[in-house]
Amino acid sequence: MHLKQEHKLKIFWLQGLTCNGNAHSFLNLDYLGELLEKIEFVHHPLLPSKYSLTEMVKCKTSCDILIFEGAYDPSLKRADVFVDKILRHYAKNAKYIIAVGTCASFGGIFKATSPKTNSGILFNEAEKNGPLQEYNAKIINLSGCPVHPEWLGFTLNMIIDRHKIVLDEEHRPQELYSSLVHHGCTRNEYFEWKVDADDFGQKEGCLFYKKGCRAPMTHGSCNTILWNGVNSKTRSGTPCFGCTESDFPRANLFETKTNMSIPADAPVGVPKRAYLTLTGIAKTFHIKRLEEPLIDYKNNT
Amino acid sequence: MARVTKEERKNGIISAALELFSENGFYITTIPDIAKKVGMSVGNFYNYFSSKDILAKELIMYISEYLGKNIRAINESDANTQEKIEQIVSMYFDTAKQRPEMIEYFLRVYLSNREVFKDGCEGMICVSPFITEMMIFFENGVASGELHDQDFFSAFGLFMGYLGGMVFLYGEKILPEPLDDYKQSISENIYNALKTRT
Repeated sequence: MHLKQEHKLKIFWLQGLTCNGNAHSFLNLDYLGELLEKIEFVHHPLLPSKYSLTEMVKCKTSCDILIFEGAYDPSLKRADVFVDKILRHYAKNAKYIIAVGTCASFGGIFKATSPKTNSGILFNEAEKNGPLQEYNAKIINLSGCPVHPEWLGFTLNMIIDRHKIVLDEEHRPQELYSSLVHHGCTRNEYFEWKVDADDFGQKEGCLFYKKGCRAPMTHGSCNTILWNGVNSKTRSGTPCFGCTESDFPRANLFETKTNMSIPADAPVGVPKRAYLTLTGIAKTFHIKRLEEPLIDYKNNT
Repeated sequence: MARVTKEERKNGIISAALELFSENGFYITTIPDIAKKVGMSVGNFYNYFSSKDILAKELIMYISEYLGKNIRAINESDANTQEKIEQIVSMYFDTAKQRPEMIEYFLRVYLSNREVFKDGCEGMICVSPFITEMMIFFENGVASGELHDQDFFSAFGLFMGYLGGMVFLYGEKILPEPLDDYKQSISENIYNALKTRT
């Protein structure tokens, strides 16, 4: 029985057009030290690595897992070599290719800057026509802006432990992306009774009606696997921006798009007619407890 | 003679009650009046509705579902928003002509006797099917770029307040022309008031 793998999985973290956000996010992984004992970074832009980028771009070696961060830009070079060439060399022999972040998954913010040329590696927004189609079967998308460190840690551990990773239609692990960000939000009671948040950063109120929250339309586990183990955007009073979806970034992130006061988008899987019926009835009732501050500081001073 | 089903009996009570309530008023009309009009005993009436207040709520839900069902068919058609406005106006006026008691009940009983409906029929509860379809109509109209984006109730009040007012004038026999003659001009007025501003 082998308790230790005979050979640590070799990982190359390659960057396309990126803000470094995913590389930084990964450093917040609780069990990063433990994970690093099971894997070996042949190159990572921030962590101690076996090879420098200059050595990697010579394309003389290989990796088991290729992690790609950032949007694909056909004109981009790293260490004077086209990223396209580096990407294709390492993609060929890698067992898995992980696109970390929404830029690598769908194009994201760096597609928004150059929509005609930039894309994700497998997807171009929702269209599956990115440059790495031939490696379709081994590409895993971990969208998010940035990727949640635990989502990457989970995926790497699944690969290390040789578990099958079930993906959704957009190549995201279902284990992480099957539920909506809405699931687990501490404001759900306010959503149920349609009580709006007056402002950002408050304990009370739902951010869906006026403040732009996309949590009921966004796949992700931000409210069940908390960030840094403690919080999420919606819990802290900031709207979910829908950053794991292929249409990110949308415009006017802090405003809910409405038509005649009616939200333009209903929660995923809920027919608009059903949603409006329930909303109208819920709004009829005024739940005093939910319309007041949860903690009345005035009476406590 | 074919046997009358319980559902048909219930619909008979609803029709009779709508007529009596809208003609004579909610408080003057008694359960014996309704039972008599339907041709059943007062005791049997209570097998269908346990009180006058419960009947009153069932009636408004019946009307709301009737209007909602008709507007839903319009919403789900391929017509553009201007055509949908014409169809909603036409449907509403036809209802006022063919089943005046439905609109009369809505205007004269539901809107005028709020105390009857305060418990269990608050807000949108009993008119939800109708309001929901109007929300969908307005939302689709703005999403397609045909209607000007504004507060829902500003638009809803303009549309339904206008129609309600015209049907009231019709009921009072004040309108000099047949109700059908007003369909086109009213539809145009509503469309012009709500359409996208350039």
